[in-house]
Amino acid sequence: MQVHKYDVVIIGAGGAGMRAAIEAGQRSRTAVLTKLYPTRSHTGAAQGGMCAALANVEEDNWEWHTFDTIKGGDYLVDQDAAEVMAKEAIDAVLDLEKMGLPFNRTPEGKIDQRRFGGHTRDHGKAPVRRACYAADRTGHMILQTLYQNCIKHNVEFFNEYYVLDLIMTEVDGQRRVAGVVSYDLASGELHVFQAKSVVFASGGAGKVFKTTSNAHTLTGDGMAIAFRNGLPLEDMEFIQFHPTGLAGLGILVSEAARGEGGILRNADGERFMERYAPTIKDLAPRDIVARSMANEVREGRGAGPNKDYVLLDLTHLEPAHIDAKLPDITEFARTYLGVEPYTEPVPVFPTCHYAMGGIPTNIKAEVLQDNETVVPGLYAAGEVACVSVHGSNRLGTNSLLDINVFGKRAGIYAAEYAQQAEFVPVPDTALDSTVALLDNARNGTGTEKVAAIRKDLQDTMDLNVQVFRTEETLQAALDDIAALEARYANISIQDKGKRFNLDLLEAVELGFLLQLAKVMTVAALHREESRGGHFREDFPERDDANFMKHSMVYLDPSSPTAGIRQETKPVIFTRYEPMERKY
Amino acid sequence: MSTAHTPDRPEDGRDDDPQDRAPEHGHAPGHDQDDRAGYKTDADAGSVDERDEADAPAVDPAAENAEGGEPAARVELPEEQQGEQEIPTFDLTLQIRRYNPEVSDEVHWDEFKLTMYGTDRVLDALHKVKWEIDGSLSFRRSCAHGVCGSDAMRINGQNRLACKVLLKDLDLSKPVTVEPIKGLPCEKDLIVDMEPFFQSYREIMPFLVAGGNEPTMERYQSQEDRARFDDTTKCILCAACTSSCPVFWTDGQYFGPAAIVNAHRFIFDSRDDAGDLRLEILNDKEGVWRCRTTFNCTEACPRGIQVTKAIAEVKNAILSRSM
Repeated sequence: MQVHKYDVVIIGAGGAGMRAAIEAGQRSRTAVLTKLYPTRSHTGAAQGGMCAALANVEEDNWEWHTFDTIKGGDYLVDQDAAEVMAKEAIDAVLDLEKMGLPFNRTPEGKIDQRRFGGHTRDHGKAPVRRACYAADRTGHMILQTLYQNCIKHNVEFFNEYYVLDLIMTEVDGQRRVAGVVSYDLASGELHVFQAKSVVFASGGAGKVFKTTSNAHTLTGDGMAIAFRNGLPLEDMEFIQFHPTGLAGLGILVSEAARGEGGILRNADGERFMERYAPTIKDLAPRDIVARSMANEVREGRGAGPNKDYVLLDLTHLEPAHIDAKLPDITEFARTYLGVEPYTEPVPVFPTCHYAMGGIPTNIKAEVLQDNETVVPGLYAAGEVACVSVHGSNRLGTNSLLDINVFGKRAGIYAAEYAQQAEFVPVPDTALDSTVALLDNARNGTGTEKVAAIRKDLQDTMDLNVQVFRTEETLQAALDDIAALEARYANISIQDKGKRFNLDLLEAVELGFLLQLAKVMTVAALHREESRGGHFREDFPERDDANFMKHSMVYLDPSSPTAGIRQETKPVIFTRYEPMERKY
Repeated sequence: MSTAHTPDRPEDGRDDDPQDRAPEHGHAPGHDQDDRAGYKTDADAGSVDERDEADAPAVDPAAENAEGGEPAARVELPEEQQGEQEIPTFDLTLQIRRYNPEVSDEVHWDEFKLTMYGTDRVLDALHKVKWEIDGSLSFRRSCAHGVCGSDAMRINGQNRLACKVLLKDLDLSKPVTVEPIKGLPCEKDLIVDMEPFFQSYREIMPFLVAGGNEPTMERYQSQEDRARFDDTTKCILCAACTSSCPVFWTDGQYFGPAAIVNAHRFIFDSRDDAGDLRLEILNDKEGVWRCRTTFNCTEACPRGIQVTKAIAEVKNAILSRSM
């Protein structure tokens, strides 16, 4: 075992992690640990844009952006956080431009902006051009630009170092972070990174579901590690299903396709969003569009041989316009479905896209261990975190914004904390649970296979915890997960080696997925209302009297609900009163 | 719509500064905006951007679209446009080059017979092997749709991303061969050591170097200047190009196409001031002059970057500057 010592350790090298690293690296000795190579991170798959009220092409201001974010999140957004994000969005975009990001430009050379779902002028009056973009590869450009600037600032990366545990210890009766335990994939060796500050920036958990736009590697590691260490997870029932995943594959087709004029049709050729959101139609927020699509299919108006998808129609757009603004996604349609978007509508269906919930933080990106108390030295930013700017439904482009605004904040505050803090001694037992975790997976002699259990988990989540939920389906999912956990205790893997043992890695990841699936389902069961991305058919209305509050779940073996204790946390209001959410 | 928020404007001063914004195509976003404040027509909500694009100078799509107006509320869909009518299955033989120095220094090939489905890709076939037959098979992958660059490998002798090659597009009457990319040390099965590749990348200063005073707002860049280097911004650092280059195979010191592509991305960015430095680096004996214009790199690039052309442009830039 090797021991390293850094002021700041950042877990994950996507947008949030690298944005944090650029700040922390200039202030204190910083290491970034990633289970991939930095440029493989899923930030690179984001397409459409990053919103900021630059007002480069039409009137706009950050207060409208704040309002849209809060309304889009169905009022479960912490309003102080939304204000910070919308206000700092402008500098976040300008920072990226100064770092070299090649934004598309207006004729006079300013950063160009386009429309995106749920982003409106003057509190919902009409769509507004707010999304700064680089064709339909904005996330790619952000990831590359941040990586480039990490190189410029000599950020130290530990590539293919998989963090498996957080080292927490008690100092004077207070829970403190001492570092992390990491597994070097190339050698199979464990490394301890002692650190004054630790930043979680490890991304989402989309692989809990079968149909997802998420990468294979998005297995919720950071969320699960925090949860296992006794920290709460917030609002985990809120999963965003992006309306336009390529049918059957889940590969993302950006909302920019609709921002640029694409529309959705059912098997009858009908533009059905006219019925569900009469004012902004196809540019309604994602939860509404996804549910509308699922409802079309459910009521028998789906297209295709199994009538199980709808159609994204771009055929009325000029091919030159499509090529200029949506080159990558039209290529996806051609490559993966053999569909020519110039002349044929593209089969699409909602795909699991984003976890609104995560590790609770405040606006300084400090991790909370309950409703108020921060864990000194522990930070989180990006999809792994819940600050909460997305509430119950994230608006398109706000994730790229979130990682830049709160990634930057996490980097600054983590470094500032490290400058005045002492190292916390690493306890002798720091490796125990990681060694046990790996030994269990490596030495198991059972008959069960990791891939089979994972597939069954994803199937039950797609079937029971997707855009329509009831007590019955959620209970069915919980029963299935319990059975899968029993099977997971009986796995064996074939690769027994140390070198690049990805068989072992997948077994560990499955443990995280099972844990998070259970957390999501229990939280969904408790929330007996419908709000944003969480729709209960048995409770179809939003219920502010009982549920205008965040879910906080804790690991608690004594709890009767699958060993998970459910508590709540008040939503922070500044100046927006909840209203009915109509578009 | 009534809200409880105060009517105060945020104090960033942007909103009341219309002279900053030149009118565009008779569609001024400044004062005229108020006339359009209530623009609720669906044609507007759904219509396309109304400005020219640098990368699409030929047509003004908005004008076209505006004439066409709002897309029809209902259209007649031909049956064949409603999707694939059936999902075919097929059998194939997959041959994979195996190497695990923990077990043996010898390389060997394993053969697997698989039944796969309509839209399955080589990556799906590899997963089927790993998940159902041999869990020790090792390869990198992440996004699975061609944007992360993890799974570059040699498929039937050509550098490809495994997640972008559809099985149905291959000749399945013969075995499909999969081996690691060449020129980088193999670590295990399809995994190679990427460090030499990223080392070359780091050496060409792959970041914007802008002199002068930093502007308060963004630097301006014309659409033409932005378009000048668009092609090379698409690089995902998958190493398919560099590891397809015969020069790189025999001389690992050569910077390789990917590093040159990324230098190009900055050399031709009008905002950058370090072009001369990068050209000097690439004028090295292991620099652009080693390129023998075999076009392997262009052929291999999963992003469709005109790699050989970019290298030629860097060569020309060196020549024109030294003169």
